[in-house]
Amino acid sequence: MSGHHPHPGPPDSEDGSWSREQLMAAAVEALLIRKRVFTPADVAGALDYWASRTPADGARLIARCWTDDAFAARVMDSVNAGAAELGLDIGHTRVVAVANTPKIHNVLVCTLCSCYPIGLLGDSPGWYKSRAYRSRVVREPRAVLAEFGLDIPDDVDVRVHDSTADLRYIVVPMRPKGTEHLTEQELAGLITRDCMIGTALPRYAAA
Amino acid sequence: MINRYRVGDSVSVRARFPSGHVRAPFYTRGHSGEVVRVTGPFRNAEERAYGRTGARVLLYRVQFRQRDLWPDYVGNGGDTLVVDLYEHWLESGDRR
Repeated sequence: MSGHHPHPGPPDSEDGSWSREQLMAAAVEALLIRKRVFTPADVAGALDYWASRTPADGARLIARCWTDDAFAARVMDSVNAGAAELGLDIGHTRVVAVANTPKIHNVLVCTLCSCYPIGLLGDSPGWYKSRAYRSRVVREPRAVLAEFGLDIPDDVDVRVHDSTADLRYIVVPMRPKGTEHLTEQELAGLITRDCMIGTALPRYAAA
Repeated sequence: MINRYRVGDSVSVRARFPSGHVRAPFYTRGHSGEVVRVTGPFRNAEERAYGRTGARVLLYRVQFRQRDLWPDYVGNGGDTLVVDLYEHWLESGDRR
Protein backbone atom coordinates (compact mmCIF):
# COMPACT_ATOMS: atom_id res chain seq x y z
CA MET A 1 0.00 0.00 0.00
CA SER A 2 1.11 3.50 -0.64
CA GLY A 3 1.45 6.15 2.03
CA HIS A 4 4.28 4.62 4.03
CA HIS A 5 7.02 4.18 1.47
CA PRO A 6 10.12 6.15 2.35
CA HIS A 7 10.61 9.33 0.35
CA PRO A 8 14.13 10.03 -0.78
CA GLY A 9 15.12 13.29 0.87
CA PRO A 10 17.10 15.99 -0.91
CA PRO A 11 20.79 15.08 -0.97
CA ASP A 12 22.93 16.72 1.69
CA SER A 13 26.06 18.53 0.55
CA GLU A 14 28.06 16.10 2.69
CA ASP A 15 26.73 13.07 0.85
CA GLY A 16 29.52 13.03 -1.73
CA SER A 17 33.02 12.10 -0.65
CA TRP A 18 35.43 14.98 -0.11
CA SER A 19 38.16 15.64 -2.62
CA ARG A 20 41.76 15.81 -1.47
CA GLU A 21 41.65 19.60 -1.98
CA GLN A 22 38.51 20.00 0.17
CA LEU A 23 40.07 17.92 2.95
CA MET A 24 43.29 19.95 2.80
CA ALA A 25 41.39 23.25 2.90
CA ALA A 26 39.29 22.15 5.87
CA ALA A 27 42.35 20.83 7.73
CA VAL A 28 44.39 24.00 7.14
CA GLU A 29 41.45 26.20 8.18
CA ALA A 30 40.99 24.21 11.40
CA LEU A 31 44.72 24.43 12.17
CA LEU A 32 44.91 28.19 11.59
CA ILE A 33 41.89 28.72 13.83
CA ARG A 34 43.42 26.53 16.56
CA LYS A 35 46.68 28.47 16.29
CA ARG A 36 44.66 31.71 16.60
CA VAL A 37 45.90 33.09 13.27
CA PHE A 38 42.29 34.01 12.58
CA THR A 39 38.88 33.25 14.07
CA PRO A 40 35.79 31.56 12.62
CA ALA A 41 34.20 35.03 12.62
CA ASP A 42 37.04 36.29 10.40
CA VAL A 43 36.32 33.50 7.92
CA ALA A 44 32.59 34.27 7.92
CA GLY A 45 33.31 37.99 7.51
CA ALA A 46 35.60 37.38 4.53
CA LEU A 47 33.02 35.13 2.89
CA ASP A 48 30.34 37.78 3.48
CA TYR A 49 32.55 40.44 1.88
CA TRP A 50 33.15 38.39 -1.28
CA ALA A 51 29.49 37.40 -1.49
CA SER A 52 28.52 41.09 -1.28
CA ARG A 53 30.43 41.98 -4.47
CA THR A 54 28.29 42.08 -7.61
CA PRO A 55 28.59 43.11 -11.27
CA ALA A 56 26.53 46.20 -10.38
CA ASP A 57 29.76 47.81 -9.12
CA GLY A 58 31.51 47.22 -12.43
CA ALA A 59 28.45 48.50 -14.31
CA ARG A 60 28.49 51.73 -12.27
CA LEU A 61 32.13 52.25 -13.16
CA ILE A 62 31.54 51.67 -16.88
CA ALA A 63 28.44 53.91 -16.97
CA ARG A 64 30.50 56.71 -15.46
CA CYS A 65 33.18 56.12 -18.12
CA TRP A 66 30.48 56.54 -20.78
CA THR A 67 29.31 59.87 -19.37
CA ASP A 68 32.62 61.39 -18.28
CA ASP A 69 35.60 61.26 -20.67
CA ALA A 70 38.07 62.54 -18.08
CA PHE A 71 36.97 59.82 -15.66
CA ALA A 72 37.27 57.23 -18.45
CA ALA A 73 40.85 58.36 -19.09
CA ARG A 74 41.67 57.94 -15.40
CA VAL A 75 40.11 54.45 -15.41
CA MET A 76 42.24 53.45 -18.40
CA ASP A 77 45.22 54.53 -16.32
CA SER A 78 44.07 52.83 -13.08
CA VAL A 79 40.78 51.04 -12.47
CA ASN A 80 41.53 50.94 -8.74
CA ALA A 81 41.84 54.75 -8.58
CA GLY A 82 38.64 55.19 -10.62
CA ALA A 83 36.73 52.79 -8.40
CA ALA A 84 37.95 54.63 -5.29
CA GLU A 85 36.54 57.89 -6.72
CA LEU A 86 33.12 56.20 -6.80
CA GLY A 87 33.57 54.92 -3.26
CA LEU A 88 33.81 51.32 -4.47
CA ASP A 89 35.88 48.94 -2.37
CA ILE A 90 37.40 46.55 -4.92
CA GLY A 91 40.32 45.27 -2.84
CA HIS A 92 44.04 45.69 -3.44
CA THR A 93 44.54 43.56 -6.54
CA ARG A 94 45.42 45.77 -9.50
CA VAL A 95 42.73 45.85 -12.18
CA VAL A 96 43.42 46.93 -15.76
CA ALA A 97 40.71 48.19 -18.14
CA VAL A 98 40.74 47.11 -21.78
CA ALA A 99 38.45 49.17 -23.99
CA ASN A 100 36.51 47.90 -26.97
CA THR A 101 36.76 50.09 -30.08
CA PRO A 102 35.08 49.93 -33.49
CA LYS A 103 38.15 47.89 -34.55
CA ILE A 104 38.92 45.72 -31.47
CA HIS A 105 36.78 43.42 -29.37
CA ASN A 106 38.33 42.28 -26.07
CA VAL A 107 37.56 39.09 -24.15
CA LEU A 108 38.99 37.80 -20.85
CA VAL A 109 40.14 34.41 -19.62
CA CYS A 110 42.48 32.86 -17.11
CA THR A 111 43.88 29.69 -18.69
CA LEU A 112 45.90 28.71 -15.61
CA CYS A 113 43.04 28.77 -13.10
CA SER A 114 40.16 31.24 -12.81
CA CYS A 115 41.59 34.71 -12.04
CA TYR A 116 38.79 37.25 -12.18
CA PRO A 117 38.13 40.80 -10.87
CA ILE A 118 35.92 39.55 -8.02
CA GLY A 119 36.14 42.89 -6.18
CA LEU A 120 34.47 44.59 -9.13
CA LEU A 121 32.27 41.87 -10.66
CA GLY A 122 31.55 39.47 -7.78
CA ASP A 123 32.09 35.74 -8.05
CA SER A 124 32.83 34.46 -11.54
CA PRO A 125 30.31 32.37 -13.49
CA GLY A 126 30.79 28.61 -13.54
CA TRP A 127 31.61 28.52 -17.24
CA TYR A 128 34.46 31.01 -16.74
CA LYS A 129 36.17 28.39 -14.56
CA SER A 130 35.40 25.50 -16.92
CA ARG A 131 38.20 23.76 -18.76
CA ALA A 132 36.24 24.05 -22.00
CA TYR A 133 36.04 27.87 -21.90
CA ARG A 134 39.59 28.30 -20.66
CA SER A 135 41.17 26.04 -23.26
CA ARG A 136 39.02 27.05 -26.20
CA VAL A 137 38.69 30.83 -25.96
CA VAL A 138 42.43 31.36 -26.43
CA ARG A 139 42.65 29.33 -29.64
CA GLU A 140 39.22 29.73 -31.22
CA PRO A 141 37.77 32.89 -29.64
CA ARG A 142 35.44 33.65 -32.53
CA ALA A 143 33.82 30.22 -32.35
CA VAL A 144 33.40 30.50 -28.58
CA LEU A 145 31.93 34.02 -28.82
CA ALA A 146 29.51 32.78 -31.50
CA GLU A 147 28.28 30.18 -29.01
CA PHE A 148 27.53 33.09 -26.65
CA GLY A 149 25.48 34.60 -29.48
CA LEU A 150 28.15 37.14 -30.32
CA ASP A 151 29.30 37.20 -33.94
CA ILE A 152 32.30 39.48 -34.32
CA PRO A 153 32.43 41.03 -37.83
CA ASP A 154 35.45 40.29 -40.03
CA ASP A 155 36.62 43.90 -39.89
CA VAL A 156 36.90 43.79 -36.08
CA ASP A 157 39.96 42.16 -34.49
CA VAL A 158 39.47 39.91 -31.46
CA ARG A 159 41.95 40.39 -28.63
CA VAL A 160 42.06 37.75 -25.89
CA HIS A 161 43.56 38.68 -22.50
CA ASP A 162 44.94 35.74 -20.53
CA SER A 163 45.12 36.80 -16.88
CA THR A 164 48.04 34.71 -15.65
CA ALA A 165 49.70 36.64 -12.85
CA ASP A 166 49.15 39.73 -10.70
CA LEU A 167 46.71 41.75 -12.81
CA ARG A 168 42.97 41.39 -13.26
CA TYR A 169 41.02 42.78 -16.20
CA ILE A 170 37.70 44.37 -17.04
CA VAL A 171 36.38 45.03 -20.54
CA VAL A 172 35.01 48.52 -21.18
CA PRO A 173 32.35 48.00 -23.85
CA MET A 174 31.32 50.75 -26.23
CA ARG A 175 28.22 52.76 -25.38
CA PRO A 176 25.32 51.61 -27.57
CA LYS A 177 23.91 54.05 -30.11
CA GLY A 178 20.68 55.83 -29.24
CA THR A 179 21.40 56.04 -25.51
CA GLU A 180 22.25 59.75 -25.39
CA HIS A 181 19.13 60.57 -23.35
CA LEU A 182 19.63 57.86 -20.71
CA THR A 183 20.75 58.67 -17.18
CA GLU A 184 23.94 57.18 -15.79
CA GLN A 185 21.84 54.79 -13.70
CA GLU A 186 19.85 53.68 -16.75
CA LEU A 187 23.08 53.16 -18.67
CA ALA A 188 24.44 50.99 -15.86
CA GLY A 189 21.37 48.79 -16.28
CA LEU A 190 22.50 47.92 -19.83
CA ILE A 191 25.90 46.64 -18.70
CA THR A 192 25.75 42.97 -17.76
CA ARG A 193 28.47 40.86 -16.20
CA ASP A 194 29.21 39.21 -19.55
CA CYS A 195 29.68 42.63 -21.21
CA MET A 196 32.57 43.21 -18.82
CA ILE A 197 34.09 39.77 -19.55
CA GLY A 198 33.71 40.35 -23.28
CA THR A 199 31.29 37.52 -24.04
CA ALA A 200 28.38 39.92 -24.64
CA LEU A 201 27.71 43.47 -25.79
CA PRO A 202 25.36 45.98 -24.16
CA ARG A 203 22.11 46.17 -26.12
CA TYR A 204 19.64 49.00 -26.27
CA ALA A 205 16.34 49.04 -28.11
CA ALA A 206 14.47 52.34 -27.95
CA ALA A 207 11.01 51.92 -26.39
CA MET B 1 63.66 48.46 -10.78
CA ILE B 2 65.01 48.87 -14.28
CA ASN B 3 63.04 47.11 -16.97
CA ARG B 4 65.10 45.09 -19.42
CA TYR B 5 62.42 45.43 -22.12
CA ARG B 6 60.39 48.39 -23.26
CA VAL B 7 57.00 48.85 -24.88
CA GLY B 8 57.36 47.95 -28.57
CA ASP B 9 60.25 45.53 -28.02
CA SER B 10 60.08 42.15 -29.68
CA VAL B 11 60.50 39.38 -27.10
CA SER B 12 60.16 35.65 -27.08
CA VAL B 13 59.09 33.35 -24.29
CA ARG B 14 61.74 30.94 -23.09
CA ALA B 15 61.12 27.41 -24.31
CA ARG B 16 61.71 25.95 -20.84
CA PHE B 17 59.52 23.34 -19.27
CA PRO B 18 60.27 23.23 -15.54
CA SER B 19 57.97 21.29 -13.27
CA GLY B 20 56.11 22.94 -10.42
CA HIS B 21 54.12 26.16 -10.18
CA VAL B 22 54.86 28.43 -13.15
CA ARG B 23 52.81 31.27 -14.60
CA ALA B 24 53.89 31.30 -18.26
CA PRO B 25 51.19 29.43 -20.19
CA PHE B 26 52.54 26.40 -22.02
CA TYR B 27 51.13 27.60 -25.36
CA THR B 28 53.27 30.77 -25.31
CA ARG B 29 56.62 29.04 -24.77
CA GLY B 30 59.03 29.49 -27.64
CA HIS B 31 56.75 32.07 -29.31
CA SER B 32 57.51 35.69 -30.11
CA GLY B 33 55.42 38.71 -29.29
CA GLU B 34 55.58 42.43 -28.57
CA VAL B 35 55.73 44.18 -25.21
CA VAL B 36 52.62 46.37 -24.87
CA ARG B 37 52.88 47.37 -21.19
CA VAL B 38 55.43 47.14 -18.39
CA THR B 39 53.99 46.66 -14.90
CA GLY B 40 55.12 45.72 -11.44
CA PRO B 41 57.28 45.03 -9.65
CA PHE B 42 55.37 42.20 -8.01
CA ARG B 43 56.51 39.47 -5.65
CA ASN B 44 57.19 36.45 -7.84
CA ALA B 45 54.05 34.30 -7.63
CA GLU B 46 56.05 31.29 -8.80
CA GLU B 47 57.97 31.46 -5.48
CA ARG B 48 55.06 32.60 -3.32
CA ALA B 49 53.25 29.41 -4.25
CA TYR B 50 55.80 27.59 -2.08
CA GLY B 51 55.42 29.86 0.94
CA ARG B 52 58.45 32.01 0.15
CA THR B 53 58.32 35.82 0.10
CA GLY B 54 59.27 35.92 -3.57
CA ALA B 55 61.76 38.21 -5.26
CA ARG B 56 60.48 41.45 -6.77
CA VAL B 57 60.00 40.91 -10.48
CA LEU B 58 58.70 42.99 -13.34
CA LEU B 59 55.64 41.81 -15.20
CA TYR B 60 55.14 42.48 -18.90
CA ARG B 61 52.00 42.39 -20.97
CA VAL B 62 53.11 40.66 -24.15
CA GLN B 63 50.92 40.64 -27.24
CA PHE B 64 51.05 37.74 -29.71
CA ARG B 65 49.51 37.35 -33.13
CA GLN B 66 47.07 34.48 -32.94
CA ARG B 67 48.37 33.05 -36.21
CA ASP B 68 51.84 32.84 -34.65
CA LEU B 69 50.51 30.84 -31.70
CA TRP B 70 48.18 28.47 -33.54
CA PRO B 71 49.10 27.29 -37.05
CA ASP B 72 45.46 26.38 -37.76
CA TYR B 73 43.97 29.57 -36.31
CA VAL B 74 40.65 30.58 -37.82
CA GLY B 75 40.10 34.33 -37.71
CA ASN B 76 41.65 37.62 -38.74
CA GLY B 77 45.32 38.31 -39.27
CA GLY B 78 44.81 41.11 -36.77
CA ASP B 79 43.50 38.87 -34.00
CA THR B 80 45.80 38.97 -30.98
CA LEU B 81 46.28 37.54 -27.52
CA VAL B 82 47.87 39.33 -24.57
CA VAL B 83 49.51 37.44 -21.70
CA ASP B 84 51.15 38.62 -18.47
CA LEU B 85 54.71 37.28 -18.29
CA TYR B 86 57.45 37.77 -15.71
CA GLU B 87 60.75 39.14 -16.98
CA HIS B 88 62.62 35.89 -16.27
CA TRP B 89 60.44 34.14 -18.85
CA LEU B 90 61.45 36.52 -21.63
CA GLU B 91 64.42 36.85 -23.96
CA SER B 92 65.17 39.41 -26.65
CA GLY B 93 63.96 39.30 -30.18
CA ASP B 94 62.54 36.68 -32.42
CA ARG B 95 63.43 33.12 -31.61
CA ARG B 96 64.59 31.14 -34.61
